[in-house]
Amino acid sequence: MPELAYWLIGIGLAFDVFGCVGLVRLPDVYNRAQAATKCVTLGTCVILAGVATAGFGGAVWPMGVKAILCAAFILLTSPVAAHAICRGAYLSGVPLTDRSVADDFAPRAQDIRGEHQAAELQRAEHEETQAS
Amino acid sequence: MTVFEQIAMGVLVLCSVLCIYRIAKGPSAPDRTVAIDILGTLIVGFCCVMAVKTGREYYMNIAIAWALISFVGTLALAKYLEGRSYDA
Repeated sequence: MPELAYWLIGIGLAFDVFGCVGLVRLPDVYNRAQAATKCVTLGTCVILAGVATAGFGGAVWPMGVKAILCAAFILLTSPVAAHAICRGAYLSGVPLTDRSVADDFAPRAQDIRGEHQAAELQRAEHEETQAS
Repeated sequence: MTVFEQIAMGVLVLCSVLCIYRIAKGPSAPDRTVAIDILGTLIVGFCCVMAVKTGREYYMNIAIAWALISFVGTLALAKYLEGRSYDA
């Protein structure tokens, strides 16, 4: 195993620790989600790069290919998941911390809530007509 | 270099304990969902360290499958949170 692999895995572990400290220390859901997602995604991708280096350097090339594939999956899926969680949290009404300075999603969230209510009313009316 | 892998496992266990603390304490449901998502990504890191430690590549299959299934589960939880009012 080449020495570069050890360095990459060590750097990735350091990023993971910082992300998890952010998950514990920051004040509200949105801060926690952004700190933890960015740091842990990058950290795990760097660990996977280290594994790929170890695989190609140690002539275990399937391990290297799978590590690169896994890094691509994580880079694609992790930000999408964090965005979906934050959107769900905002729409379910989790408050921002009182130290926040901007809230650009508020008008759009009102629109989305209105659309949800309209859709529910329409569905209820539809069910009533179906029943009668 | 078994000492390196032992230290790496210890660091990942520390990260998981921080995540589990947030899952246990988290004041709202989205906090717990974020922590579960992060725990899933950390498990991929565990699989990597195990692959390096043992030199067997099937741990990377587990890592790929875990990354994809964790993503689908998180999206399902997020859609569930969206249609639900805040309950502290």
